[in-house]
Amino acid sequence: MKKIKYSEITPEKIYKNRRSFIKSIGLGASSIAISSITLASKSLANDRDKLTSYKDITTYNNYYEFGTSKSDPYRNSQIFKTTPWDISIEGEVEKPIKLTMEEISEMFVSEERIYRLRCVEGWSMVIPWMGFSLSKLLSKVNLTNKAKFVEFESVYDPTQMKGQRYPILNWPYNEGLRIDEAMHPLTTVVTGLYGKKLPNQNGAPFRIFIPWKYGFKSAKAIVKIKLVENMPTSSWMWASPREYGFYSNVNPNVDHPRWSQATERIIGEGVWAPRVKTLMFNGYGDEVASLYTGMDLKKYF
Amino acid sequence: MRKYLKPGLFILSTTPFFLILYKIFFNKLGPEPVKEITHFTGEWTLIFICLTLSMSPLKRFTKLPIWVSFRRMLGLFVFFYATLHLLTYVGLDYRFDWKPILDDVVKKKYVFIGFAAWVLLIPLVITSSQKMLRLLKNNWKKLHRLVYVIAIFGSLHYIWLSKTVFFKPLIYFIIIIVLLALRIKIKNRDVNYG
Repeated sequence: MKKIKYSEITPEKIYKNRRSFIKSIGLGASSIAISSITLASKSLANDRDKLTSYKDITTYNNYYEFGTSKSDPYRNSQIFKTTPWDISIEGEVEKPIKLTMEEISEMFVSEERIYRLRCVEGWSMVIPWMGFSLSKLLSKVNLTNKAKFVEFESVYDPTQMKGQRYPILNWPYNEGLRIDEAMHPLTTVVTGLYGKKLPNQNGAPFRIFIPWKYGFKSAKAIVKIKLVENMPTSSWMWASPREYGFYSNVNPNVDHPRWSQATERIIGEGVWAPRVKTLMFNGYGDEVASLYTGMDLKKYF
Repeated sequence: MRKYLKPGLFILSTTPFFLILYKIFFNKLGPEPVKEITHFTGEWTLIFICLTLSMSPLKRFTKLPIWVSFRRMLGLFVFFYATLHLLTYVGLDYRFDWKPILDDVVKKKYVFIGFAAWVLLIPLVITSSQKMLRLLKNNWKKLHRLVYVIAIFGSLHYIWLSKTVFFKPLIYFIIIIVLLALRIKIKNRDVNYG
C-alpha cells in the first residue's frame, strides 16, 4: 500500500504556520536556530527541524506490549480495541473522577505540537503530535497537598497485547513524573499525530509525551492517572535500576551503561547521514532546566 | 564435480555481501539503515565462525576429508565479515571520530570484547597460507586454536549488547559451545589412541 507523505499534501501556508507555531511557543528548535553561529550548526538545526515521515513514525516503534521488535507494534496492534476507553484520575485528589475518551475530546482542544523524540537507544524523530497540556486535565481535579508525584498506568490486556503474555516487563507498564514536571506546559496528552487520529501502535487512544525525556517515559494507552506522595517505581526502573532512572532526562553527558548518549541518529536520514550531537534536555533546556536547579543530574539520571 | 565445490562455496559465501550492497543502494534497509548493516555483518560473522568450526566435526561424522579443505576459505570469510562489521561501526556510524570510539572500547565491555576478537583474527589471517603452515610447523596448530577464544568472544559480544539473551544470542552461544565441546572429545580420543 502506498502512503502519501504528509509533506506532499501540506500546503505551504500551513507549513509556514507550523514554523511560526514552533517559534511562538519557544521550543528548542528555535532556540538552536538563534544560538547557531557557524554555518555547520545551522545545517544541523535544519536537520533537526525536518518532520519524520508518517510511515517511519508509525512503523518503527518501541511498544513491548505488542512485541519487542520495532516492526511488531504496527503489525500486532491493528485489531487492538480502543473504544470504549475510560481514564480514571485518582489517589491524592479531593474527588477522583473517571472520564471517557469522548468526554476528554469534548473538554479539551487538541492543537498541533511538533516535538522531537529521543529514544534511549540513540535515535530520534520529529513528530507533529496532536494534543494538549496535561496540566489542563489535572486542573479538573483538586490535588491534595500530598500529591507530589504522578503515576501513569497503561492498559493490561494480554488477550489483545501478546507481549504481555511474557514477563518482558513488569506489566502493566508504569511510568511517573514529579508533579512540577507533570504540570509543565510541554508535558502533553497526545490524541493524534499528523492531524489524524492517533494510530494504535503509537499509543492510542491516550498517551502522554514528555519531549525532554527519553521516549520510554512517555507512557502509551493510559487507563489510570494516580496522584501519589512517594516517587513511583516505573516498569523500566523495576527491570534494571542501574540502567534506567526515574528522571531519565535526555542528557548527553550521562551515558547509559550500554549506549553512549552523546550523539544520536535521526530516523529517515538515510544510510550516509552522520550522527548528530544530542542536546541537553533534548533541546528544551530553556523551558525545563529550571525544574532541576541544584540537582546532580548524574546521580538523579 | 569436486573441482567446482570450492569456487561454488566462494560464490555462496559472498552472497550476504552482495545482498547488503543491494539493500544499501536500493534503499531497503528500513528507518535505521546503519544499525541494520551493523547487525547484518555482525550476524554473518558469527555464522561463518560456526561454519568454520563445523568442518572438522563434519569430517569426523561423515568420514570425508573434503570438509577440512573448506576451512581456510570459511575462516577468511569470518575475517571479511568481521572487518565489514568493524568498518560499519568505525567508519559509517562514527565517521572515524576516534574519541567516542575509544571511549566505547574502554567503557563498554561488549565493544571491548568484540574488538579484541577482531584483533585476534589478524595473526590467523597472516598465517593462513600454505607457506606459513609449513614454516610454523607445530606452532601453527597451537596458534590457530585462537579461533576457539575468538568464537567465545564473538558470542559474548552478542549476548552483552542485547537487551535480553532470548533468543538469538542464546542460540549462537549454545551452537558455539556444542562445536567446541565436540573438539574436547576428539582430543581425548587422540590421547587414548595415541
